[in-house]
Amino acid sequence: MNIFVCIKQVPDTETKVTPNSDGTYIETSSIKWIMNPYDEYAVEQALLHKAANTGSTITVVRVGAVKDTEVLRTALAMGVDEAILVDAPDNLDSYQTAKAIKGAIEKSGKTADLILTGKQAIDDDCLQVPQLLAQLMELPSISVVVGFEGTGSDLTLRREVEGGAIEVYKTSGPCVVACNKGLNSPRYASLPGIMKAKKKPLAIHSLTDIGVNQDDVRVKYSNFVLPPEKPAGKKFEAMEEGQQAAVVAEVVGLLRTEAKVL
Amino acid sequence: MANVLVFTETQGEHVKSVTLEILGKLAGHNVDVACVGSLSDIATADLAKYGAGNIHSLTGDKLDKYSPEGYSNALHGFIADKSYDYVFAGSTSLAKDLMPRLAGTFNAGMASEVINFAFEGDNFHGTRPLFAGKCLAKVELVGPKPHFVTVRPNALGLPKSPTAGAGTKALVAVSAGEITAVIQEIIKGASEKLDLTEANIIVSGGRAMKNEDNFKILHEMADVLGATVGASRAAVDSGYAAHSMQVGQTGKTVSPTLYIACGISGAIQHLAGMRTSKVIVAINTDPDAPIFTKADYGIVGDLFQIVPILTQEFKKLLN
Repeated sequence: MNIFVCIKQVPDTETKVTPNSDGTYIETSSIKWIMNPYDEYAVEQALLHKAANTGSTITVVRVGAVKDTEVLRTALAMGVDEAILVDAPDNLDSYQTAKAIKGAIEKSGKTADLILTGKQAIDDDCLQVPQLLAQLMELPSISVVVGFEGTGSDLTLRREVEGGAIEVYKTSGPCVVACNKGLNSPRYASLPGIMKAKKKPLAIHSLTDIGVNQDDVRVKYSNFVLPPEKPAGKKFEAMEEGQQAAVVAEVVGLLRTEAKVL
Repeated sequence: MANVLVFTETQGEHVKSVTLEILGKLAGHNVDVACVGSLSDIATADLAKYGAGNIHSLTGDKLDKYSPEGYSNALHGFIADKSYDYVFAGSTSLAKDLMPRLAGTFNAGMASEVINFAFEGDNFHGTRPLFAGKCLAKVELVGPKPHFVTVRPNALGLPKSPTAGAGTKALVAVSAGEITAVIQEIIKGASEKLDLTEANIIVSGGRAMKNEDNFKILHEMADVLGATVGASRAAVDSGYAAHSMQVGQTGKTVSPTLYIACGISGAIQHLAGMRTSKVIVAINTDPDAPIFTKADYGIVGDLFQIVPILTQEFKKLLN
């Protein structure tokens, strides 16, 4: 079967974000980029599913700035067979991104039997692309997936909802599965894997090549700012047992009278 | 004045509080409400009190349980022949899944999880956190209408003196269409409490909790406060808590009224996920822990000593 995995390159979670000088996005020049953490679960699930379904191929698709293909090479080194990069700004909106992924899949000439993504990208936090992609491709989608079982396209998927409750879905046929942490344990690329990755095919398309243009813009961002800093709070020393009862009573009192949250 | 539809979900007899927050903020516009299934009298009265004009209950086969395709088809059918400029919903676990798909059926744009919004004339603009709240940006929507917006629970707050609407109830027959991914069963979570993203009070534990068992002292405090228990990534990665409890950039971003951080040092990705909490209390043995820079009230002390005393104080105050 043809398995597609969509990945995004995002700033490392430890990144200190700074708005750029005109407030149109963030300063990206000195950022350490990583594979979106949720996408690692998608890549791993693709590899597990390929291993269980012989004759499958995995294609990884990334929409983003062309300057750096390291994240795609990482996926290839983990065991993905081929890669497609759509050269686009890193802050493309969700609709354009979904349309670009759809275009890239169509241009590959393969029919997607399974599409895996992360449940969200941790840069724009929109949580839109998996569902939009599914809708544009007229496929079902299951998001926030923490359990994946089945053969070929006959799948039982466990979706995590409020309070840790689980919805169990059955699908048979192509679908989009958006993966959550806890689904599996993503592997590290092996040294032979890294060597092999260098020779695996990587196709690059422009947005125009796959039919995405300015008419597809749906969301406009401006005024990127840091959130307002809170004024310094009150700090109480309570390492000694003798201090604790008084400190706790004072804090609880302040929560009621000053902060008015109780 | 914009024509707006607000999609609502219920929790028992009540509509989710975020719906009322949205209605309050939309005062002055033409606002209808839609839900899938029926609404109690209490829910209807609340919606009317906060400004709902028409209240549409969508009913049809295969809509007793949520499915992305069924709900999306049903709402698309209902919305398609109306002239709504905007469709709003609270950013709940269901709406996060449903709304992008529904927006896709109209090839329309969507602003996810705004924390504030306003209109200039009929044009929406909102504020939304990016990078888990490390920065904020202004968001506007262009292209075909209706435009879609989801709003983070607890961010807007309830209006003090809401403007009532007509609250006219209508039953609407809709079709769920073809559903290819079928829900088989729903397994209840360990907790019946509000999800972290909707909780008004959160008690959260970090690596210093040392093990899963120790979380019971946080649950005891949470029970007294009616709070939901959360955890830091360090605690989740160490196996002390489930990922559904994780607060931060690779977990949930939360805005409760009160956030009590116990034994959490305050890694940048954790602070990003909870810094918009209205009031933050931090308990940590390290006086230089970064969490204290965000805390309104910091207690330098051992959580295993402080938390039980705190629980007793809360009990005294609230009983």
